[in-house]
Amino acid sequence: MVPIVFAIAAFVAVVFAIVTIAHRSPVINVLSLVVVFFAMAAIFALLGMDFLAAIQIIVYSGAILVLFLFVIMLLNIRSVERLGSGRRMQALLGAVAAAGIGASALIAVSLLTPTSGAVYPGSLETGTVAPIGRALLTTHLFAFEFITLLLVAAIVGAVYLARREHR
Amino acid sequence: MTDIPIPHTWVLALSAALFAIGVLGVLLRRNGIAIFLSLELMLNSANLAFVAFAMTLAAQPGGAEAALSGQLFVFFVIGVAAAEAAVGLALFIALHRLKGTIDVDRVNILRW
Repeated sequence: MVPIVFAIAAFVAVVFAIVTIAHRSPVINVLSLVVVFFAMAAIFALLGMDFLAAIQIIVYSGAILVLFLFVIMLLNIRSVERLGSGRRMQALLGAVAAAGIGASALIAVSLLTPTSGAVYPGSLETGTVAPIGRALLTTHLFAFEFITLLLVAAIVGAVYLARREHR
Repeated sequence: MTDIPIPHTWVLALSAALFAIGVLGVLLRRNGIAIFLSLELMLNSANLAFVAFAMTLAAQPGGAEAALSGQLFVFFVIGVAAAEAAVGLALFIALHRLKGTIDVDRVNILRW
């Protein structure tokens, strides 16, 4: 049961990731990336990480990708170039580089010993909000405060960069 | 509902495939927003690898702390991705206002 659900989610993620990079319409790119993130949230939930599955949907699909859609509609981008159009050499080298990176990563994964760990679905007691929140506000308090500072700086920078010039 | 374990290599293989697709998108697309979307895909594949290793450590004795750290790292990666998306999209809005396009091939004002 669990491996079947994982296989379906992985298949959906890979197919819609290809749609994300290959389709011409930017809106369809963003919406298929939403599908990829939902599939990944399903995998997180399957592995027992409830909190991560929730913030994957709420923060990533709900906030970050809506920001992308907002900018696409603000800039009124209708259709853009096809994947690797125009430059044959660049497209070929890019495909070779991506295939090399993917193949080497897969080889590295296949060299891992399969006995070192099988992932047991749903058996994680640290996957819920309570232990994560406790760790976030005790042992990882500095990193937590620092990321709030980073987000404030990013918001101020974004507002400054995107403002209209008043003459 | 039998409890059949998923090998962590499956999750890592999915992570590698998504990362390679993201690299392909960054190298082959010329629209700035499409490049950004591919970057988000690569960040998420890294998150998936973190989760896989956290689960591997959680299955071992005394690995609960490591599993927690892996999830917190994913949390921080999502926070950094949010900041990066906000600043990058603001840059593209400014660029569109200046040049009328976000095609990265047409953005060569830093070139002499």
